[in-house]
Amino acid sequence: MALIALSDIHFAYPGADPILRGASLNLRAGERLSVTGPNGAGKSTLLKMIVGLLTPQAGRIEIFGQERRSEADFGPVRTRVGLVFQDADDQLFCPTVAEDIAFGPLNLGKTRDEALDIVDAVLARLQLSHLRDRITHHLSGGEKRLVTLATVLAMEPEILLLDEPTNALDTENWTRLVAIVNELPQAMLLVSHDPAFRQAVAPRSLHLTDGLLMPVPG
Amino acid sequence: MAHILSPRRAALAQGDEGAGWLDRIDPRSRILGASLFAVAVVACSRLEVLGLAFACSLALLLAARLPIRPTLKRMAAMDGFILFMLVLLPFTVPGEAIVTLWGFTASWQGLARAVEIALTANAVVLALMVLVGTMEPVTLGHALHALKMPERLVHLLMFSIRYIGTLREEYLRLRVAMKIRGFRPRTNWHTYRSYGYLVGMMLVRAVERSERILGAMKCRGFSGRITMLHSFRLTRADLAFGAGLCGTLAVLLLLEFGPWP
Repeated sequence: MALIALSDIHFAYPGADPILRGASLNLRAGERLSVTGPNGAGKSTLLKMIVGLLTPQAGRIEIFGQERRSEADFGPVRTRVGLVFQDADDQLFCPTVAEDIAFGPLNLGKTRDEALDIVDAVLARLQLSHLRDRITHHLSGGEKRLVTLATVLAMEPEILLLDEPTNALDTENWTRLVAIVNELPQAMLLVSHDPAFRQAVAPRSLHLTDGLLMPVPG
Repeated sequence: MAHILSPRRAALAQGDEGAGWLDRIDPRSRILGASLFAVAVVACSRLEVLGLAFACSLALLLAARLPIRPTLKRMAAMDGFILFMLVLLPFTVPGEAIVTLWGFTASWQGLARAVEIALTANAVVLALMVLVGTMEPVTLGHALHALKMPERLVHLLMFSIRYIGTLREEYLRLRVAMKIRGFRPRTNWHTYRSYGYLVGMMLVRAVERSERILGAMKCRGFSGRITMLHSFRLTRADLAFGAGLCGTLAVLLLLEFGPWP
């Protein structure tokens, strides 16, 4: 069964030309898939659609075997699909790292103590425990990126959606991110312009061009 | 213009040195203490008592070992707001004349009112700066939340703290982009228009960012509540601080409302 099945998706931003014209995609359990394509081709749009932040004008979105249309349909999807945003500053909005990581688990109904346990566990797993009480806007770009991943992993998602995760990472943090991501069991959908990262994390790719997703041979 | 958004010295204290004993006092006690002090001082009107209250604030400033000049500079900034009123008061309150300027008479009573207001305002602001202004802004937010301030206001404060740096970076990036294309502010329409674009662009970007943040929050199951994790603990330092403060306030209020003439 496909975890994510998009079929014949059409989408246009208001007042602009359509950017998706019949795109289709299937992601199965344990699978890792990357999406490439020129700037503005609609790659991020596709990810936002999967978590219901944008609604396609036509087409069918099926996630975890159910069709999802309304905001209410996407509520449960969001607790099981983790989206790491392109700009870490959009994602880290709490004053401290611990609070930001606890935000998701608290929304899932965990108690304060359970949430704090999750914070410590996730930070330890990513070897970021030293950042626990840091103030989020004082973090470096690389630290912010790793912390955003921690905030998403704290919710134990079944699928990870990564939007340009290697943006503005130095070599050291790049290597670290690859190591961390490759340890994860989740199915993944990766949007990245970084060929080395795609090769290391999700070699099978689809190319998004002219609003259609085409498999890349190789 | 960048100084408005500058993150430098958001709090007056410089790291952990400086206000050593102050750091050991619970932020909640410091906020409550400053508020109580403000209420008590505002209730007083005798000049001697207000002078004493101002002296107490100065003593607090010295005891906290804050950098004196920047702190007093901030206090002067507040004085700027009330300066006009202070200057006009002697001329608007009727009473015994001191001097007549261009047909307007200044009165002793008016001067006394002006001094009273200046002393009250400065005593309160100075105490507030020492007790509350030295906190890390995030701590202030947590403490206000722990004091059961309205959640929405606390969140507003927290979001401002979080994004003011990001906004500043955006502003600086736009400024650099203008500068490398030869922009130099002058007194002409081109400058005004360009600043208009700059401010407008920042607003547009801020709105777009807020939408992306809301999206990111929704993705993590946000449903209207943000839980704060920080917890505070009262210690003996707080008891000592509270006792000292109550003693001082008692003396001030006794002098003000006591049985003497």
